[in-house]
Order: sequence, then C-alpha cells, then structure tokens
Amino acid sequence: MAKRKKKIIIVGGGLAGLSAAMKICESNAEVIIVAYQSLKRSHSVCAQGGINAAIDSKGEGDSPENHFYDTIKGGDFLAEQPLVRDMCYKAPSIIHLMDRMGVAFNRTSEGHLAFRRFGGTLYSRTAFSGATTGQQLVYSLDEQIRKYEHDGMVQKMVWHEYLGAVLDSKGICRGAIIHDLRTNEVFTLAGDAVILATGGPSQVYAGSTASTVNTGAAATMAYMQGAKYANGEFIQIHPTAIPGRDKLRLMSESARGEGGRIWVPKRADDNRDPLNIPEMERYYFLEEKYPLFGNLVPRDVASREIYDVVYNQNLGIGGQPMVYLDLTHKSKEFLQDRLGGILDIYKKFTGDDPKVTPMKIFPAVHYSMGGLWTDYETDSEGMIEPKSPRNQMTSIQGLYAAGEADCHYHGANRLGANSLLSCIYTGLMMGPGVLSYADNISQSADSVPSSVFSDAKTYWRGRFKSISKMRGRENPYKLHRELGEMMMANVLIVRDNKTLDKAYNSISDFETRMKDINCVDSNDWANPTPSFINQLYCMIQLCKIITKGALMRDEFRGAHYKPEFDLKQPKDFDPHEYIHYQEQLNFGEVSADAFPKSHLDYMKRFEANNKKWLKTSIAQFKNNQPNITYADVNTSLVIPRPRKYD
Amino acid sequence: MSQETIKLKIKRQDNPRSKSYWQEFEIPYQPLSNVISCLQDIQKSPVAANDLGVDPVIWDCSCLEEVCGSCTMLINGRVRQACTALVDQIEKPIVLEPMSKFPVIRDLMVDRNRMFRALKKVKAWVDIDGSQDLGEGPIMSDHIRATRYTLSECMTCGCCLEACPQYTKDNSFLGAAAFSQVRLFNLHPTGAMNADERLEEVMGKGGIADCGNAQACVEACPKNIPLTDSIADISRQTSLKLLKDLLLK
Repeated sequence: MAKRKKKIIIVGGGLAGLSAAMKICESNAEVIIVAYQSLKRSHSVCAQGGINAAIDSKGEGDSPENHFYDTIKGGDFLAEQPLVRDMCYKAPSIIHLMDRMGVAFNRTSEGHLAFRRFGGTLYSRTAFSGATTGQQLVYSLDEQIRKYEHDGMVQKMVWHEYLGAVLDSKGICRGAIIHDLRTNEVFTLAGDAVILATGGPSQVYAGSTASTVNTGAAATMAYMQGAKYANGEFIQIHPTAIPGRDKLRLMSESARGEGGRIWVPKRADDNRDPLNIPEMERYYFLEEKYPLFGNLVPRDVASREIYDVVYNQNLGIGGQPMVYLDLTHKSKEFLQDRLGGILDIYKKFTGDDPKVTPMKIFPAVHYSMGGLWTDYETDSEGMIEPKSPRNQMTSIQGLYAAGEADCHYHGANRLGANSLLSCIYTGLMMGPGVLSYADNISQSADSVPSSVFSDAKTYWRGRFKSISKMRGRENPYKLHRELGEMMMANVLIVRDNKTLDKAYNSISDFETRMKDINCVDSNDWANPTPSFINQLYCMIQLCKIITKGALMRDEFRGAHYKPEFDLKQPKDFDPHEYIHYQEQLNFGEVSADAFPKSHLDYMKRFEANNKKWLKTSIAQFKNNQPNITYADVNTSLVIPRPRKYD
Repeated sequence: MSQETIKLKIKRQDNPRSKSYWQEFEIPYQPLSNVISCLQDIQKSPVAANDLGVDPVIWDCSCLEEVCGSCTMLINGRVRQACTALVDQIEKPIVLEPMSKFPVIRDLMVDRNRMFRALKKVKAWVDIDGSQDLGEGPIMSDHIRATRYTLSECMTCGCCLEACPQYTKDNSFLGAAAFSQVRLFNLHPTGAMNADERLEEVMGKGGIADCGNAQACVEACPKNIPLTDSIADISRQTSLKLLKDLLLK
C-alpha cells in the first residue's frame, strides 16, 4: 500500500518558510504555504548587505570555527552553541546552493563569489548581491517553489492569515486556523506539522525598520497557546537608519563594510555644510574608541555609542538626534556598483545624494534575537542530529518555528549578515526532522476527532464576529502607534528598572483601552481591521514579554543595556586574562599577584554575573501575564568571556 | 491659526463587483510625509473631507522602502510606488487610483495574480538537481552577474504593465516583466539549459511578437530595469530559435 503523503503547513513566505518548503518538497510531501501576501513581498526582501559564510576566498585565514566564535562573542555568549556551530559549518554549502539557484551574487575578476566585510568580525565573510541581498535570496527560493507549484507539489494560500494552532486533547498541534483576508472566512487546515516562519515583532515599536506585516502575532499566539517564548527582551537596535514618518528605513551595515565612516562635528554648534568641515574638526568617535574594529563594531556597541554622542555629549548634527555616515571619500562608480540599491533609496527618501554628501542617520529598532523557544538534538559527537523530530520544534508538539520567529542563534545581539543565514539554515535544517516527526506520529491528523477542528473554528469565528461588532472610542491604528511610542520611550537602548516598571504597568492601560476599541471598518469584504485588532491584542502581550523580561534581567548583556549593572571592564583589560584566570581556577588556586587587582575584581564580578544571568529567559503565558523563568545556555564549546572590540 | 493640510482625492471601490466612487480627504501636513503616511493618517482618523465618518481606505503595502513591490497605484495619474511618493515632491491635491490593468479587490488594492502566473508560464527558475551539497555554482563573469542583477531586481510591482498600451484586462499578453525574466534565466549558465523551453512559452499567443514597441514599460519601471533591451534580446533569441527550428526540421 502506498504510504499516505505527509502534509506540512508552512506559515510565512520569507526565507525560512521558503527554505523549509523547498526541503520538504524534495521528500515528496505535500506542502501548503500560508502567507499574508504574494510570496515575493515578505520582509526578508528588506535585508540588504549580505549573508555570512566563512569561505575564505581572500586567503585571510577565515574558517567556520572563526565564524562560530565571532557569532557567539557578538551575541555576548547567550546563543545556543551547538546550533550556532552547525549553522556556521553549513554556511558555505548554503551559499553555494543559493549560487546554484541563480542568486546574482557579486563576483571576483575570476568569476568566483566576492565577499565584503561586515560588523563584529575582522574577516571578509559576507557574500552579497548588490545591496538587496535579501530580496535576491527570497526571489531564488520563490522561483524554486514556483517550480514545485508548477509540478503540483505546493499549494500557495496567499492573502491568508494564520490565527493559531489546532491543538488536540493532548495539546498536540494537528493543524492551523486560517483566516481568508478577502472573504474574511475562518476555517481550519489539518496537517501533520505546522511551521511558523512568521518573522519578527518589530512593529511593537513605533520607530523600526520593519515591514508593516511584522507584528509578531503568530508567534505570540503560539505563546498564548502554551509555547515558550525565549529571550524576548533582546531587541536589536540597528545603528544606522534613515529618519521617516511611516517607517525608519534601514541604511545597511554594508555601507560601513565598504568603508563608510561615522562622525559628528566636534563642536555642537557647527552648522557648516559637512563637506566644509575640515578633517581636524570631525569626531570619528567609533574609530577613536575602537581602533581595531572601528566603524564595524557590532550593532549593539555602535548604537550605544551613537546614543551616547547624541544624548550625553549633545553632539548630534545641528542639535538633532542624527550623526553622519560618510561615503563621499569613495568613487561614485565603486559606490554605485557595491551599494547602488540602498544609496538610491536614501536619495529617493531624503533628496540628498550620499555619493556627494554624507548621510544623516540614527539608530532604529531592527530585529528580535528572541522568539519562540525551540528544541534540538545532538548526536554522540555533539553535532546536530539531522533527522531529529526535535529540531526547531517549539514546546508544543508538532508546532515548529524558524527564522526570526525562533530564538537560539543570535544570543544577546545579532551580527550583521547572520540573519539571512539563520533563516535559510533553520528552514533547511528542520526539513528532515519535521518529516520524521510526521512519519512517526502515532495518530495522523485525519484520525483526530473532527470536534477538535470544529471547536477551534467556532471559537475563532465567534472572536472575529465580536471584534467586528466593537464600536468603542479607541481607533486601533492610533492605539498601536501609542503603544509603539510607549515602547520607544521606555524599552529601548538604555534601560533602567524604574522606567521599565512604569512601562510594564502602563501596558495594562492599553489592555483596558483595547476593550473600548472601535472596529473602524464595516465592510465584510477584504477588511483588514478585525485582523489588525486581533494582532494588536497579540502585540500587547508581546510588549509584556519584552518589558517584563527587560525588567527582571538585572545585568548588561549585548543589546540589553542597564547602566546600573554595567560591570565596568577596566580599560586595559585583555579578555585572554580571563581565560588564564579560568585555567588557574581549574588547577586550584589563583595566585594573588597573577593579575592586577582591578582586573581580578572585574573577573570575579564577571564570573558571578554569568553564574546568575547567563541564562535563556523563558516566558510562559499564565493568568494573562508572562511568567518568566531561566534556563541554562549550552556553552560547552566556547568559554564565555568578556567582550572587547578595541 | 490655520494649519497647513494635505488634500487627497481617492478613487474607492467597496468590492470587485461594486461601482467605484471618489472621496476627498484633508489631513494635517507633517514633514517627511509620503503617500503611505497619508493613508495611515486616514486609517487613524477615517473621516472624509465632508466630515463624514467613512471606512478607512484600503491599500497594499509591506516594506515601505520600494523593494517589496506591494504599494503600486496611480498617483496623480502616474503609476508608481506609494512609499517613494513624497508629499513635498508631488502635486496637490494628491489623486490616488488603483491600477487599471488588474482587477480591483478593494479601493487601491488590486489582484496581480496574473503576473505570478506569467512567471510560472515562462518557467522563471533555474532547474537545480536538489538542495543537497553539490559544491560550488558555475563560474560567471561579474559583467554577466551585473546584467542579471539589474534584471533580477524586478519586484513584480506591475508598473510596466499598467503603462503598457498592449497589456489589457482581457487579453493574454505576457508583458515586459515576464519577457525580462526569460532573459534573466537564459543568461544563467544552468538556466540556459532550458532556454528553448522558455522561448517557446513567449513565442505563442500573447508572446513577444505582440509587443507594440511603445517603450512605455521602461519609462515606468521604478527600478530602472532595461526592459526594452530585454524585449529586443528576447525577440532576437526567439527569431534565432525559429530559424534554427526551420533549418533542423
């Protein structure tokens, strides 16, 4: 008898979802892709600068092990090490695969892949396709999926929204509740497994580089259905974005990778045209403070320094919260070829040509390192077991997560050009495991009592019906803006407990106001407002996870900066001292004169802090609040040590 | 003190079968506004210029930085992305209409499925052996890469088709975007192995021969894709193929 075809529901049409779809199609399973919009439009297209892989084409001595170390250090040791190691070792083959699929990666004179520099590393490790690498990668995967669609193996369900998982009496995911965004119909889909490749939650902040669809609602719904949400407080603030009203557009890190320099005038009242300010009167603060990494320090470091220059030193351009990002010392031809796409965007939105005049930029919310907690399995060698059904599974059986929606790959701070990699890696890596899960479930989705599906449908139809009838005083779009502004004001780059506590309490005011919402659109066709109200409800829950996580974590790690808990690394400290210190500890006693006293004291503080806080925070939904506990991080491969970039 | 405002005139339609109608809006001026932020302001306070509460205007958007291709519409009669239409740079009142070559879903939102079907028809993909590790991709000159990259920036936004006099709601013309994708994939060393199959798809009804050479597509493309070069190139490729097919018969 022919085996029944496995049916996998993939939510999201970005890099993670498409990679998973491709891998699963190859095993002849049935794939349904559910997406808000046509597949070429996902947020992955916004990624600009490139994708990392230690191919070492320039003979700099780079290796996957170096990539692994840089990623772990960049993430301030909070990332799950076996997963990150596997990702970095797979990266070269991922780039070659994407190249075979036709991605127009920039090339060397001999026709090989070209690489450029990015933040947080000293190697040229970033493959790129002009300045729209994310777009190019999405298109190539979309094309492969189109081939499978042509062959009848993929069903695309675009203009549909995922509302939640269908859980049976044992809490096992048996399918998904889907909302047709045109007819507004709510229905269920049965599947052997459901993958959430639904991206990040940056829309909870009013000033972000996110697409309008990045509400994080799908992941939050999983959390409200019992899935663990991890490290929510780690939100990446990208140092360089273009100011705007509807969104803050990203100015890629590749602008600095290709030689861009960040500076402000040394005098606060210097209102001259930047080109007329002599070199001597410019303050290249990143280059001065970090001679080794310069403008390519990791994003958390760069954003904090810009913030400090603007708000503590009052040196923002013309008193405004902005600094210069300067490429005018490079030739126009070079800039057009390497960065054309993003420089054109800057010009379109500001009217200024970055090839002629320095850009004005400021940090913006960009990425969530945290997300749904996912499992994995290692083999006897400590490598990822390729077919384990546990890989990328959330704490709800049968519900998987990948891409920005997951949590393990970037720790407390993501390195530039690692997000595209983690999206494609997780999508590809999880495929075989998802299928082996589908092969081995004791009871297939078909034999689950039909009431499991009809109950879910009834609940959600009822919920949408009641949302549509809400005629209160609060406009949902306005309320969303206010919520986002509250998060910007209180839970951003520099955090303190008093403000966070106030912010957390204010979230319940938003919840109260939610009850008085007005569903401002009365049309029963293609009406986005009820959906948005439901997403806003999710965003409020997400704000609680982020804010409470930030409030409880009393330390300074990566993107989570609480000055009160800064361990104050001595200026002349060398991280190698910490390794020696650890070795001496392992041998028994630390000799009294082995280290300067201030260094020893610092290392003791560092050690004690790690003991308490080098943990993954896990939020679980209890009584409408996140209940936060802490789980150990697997740091078996690289000893956590103080970060230093100068 | 009277506050500066932005006036908008928007063509609305409640569903695909209903009649369209015009509605005017007036919103407070704010610096750095674009057409998207105007529509967002209307969402936050959906009141028409006659002070009547109305349903918010519906439109498509996602990235807001002209890379996703969603927010195409007619702005002051010209097809373009709404995100890069800066209020300070365009004529007021701002007139917004949905694209006319695609079925309207609601208000400014249209159904561009036909574009995606065309991509499927012309087999716009590189046929690979599978996602297993098969080593490096083909060696390619950076010159060819640069040409391919320019073509590959096409975001299926529909501007070229809206501008094209040959492309109508009820014919089967494939249009510039699809032709340009044939060129993109025929330029790839592996993609070229299926070049003939792609050419066959653009040689029939609605294919390359139907292009009236109006050159409106290349003018309308927000990504400056050399669409007329693509059309010329694909015409050459199809002519050569015709000749070859005749000779080898």
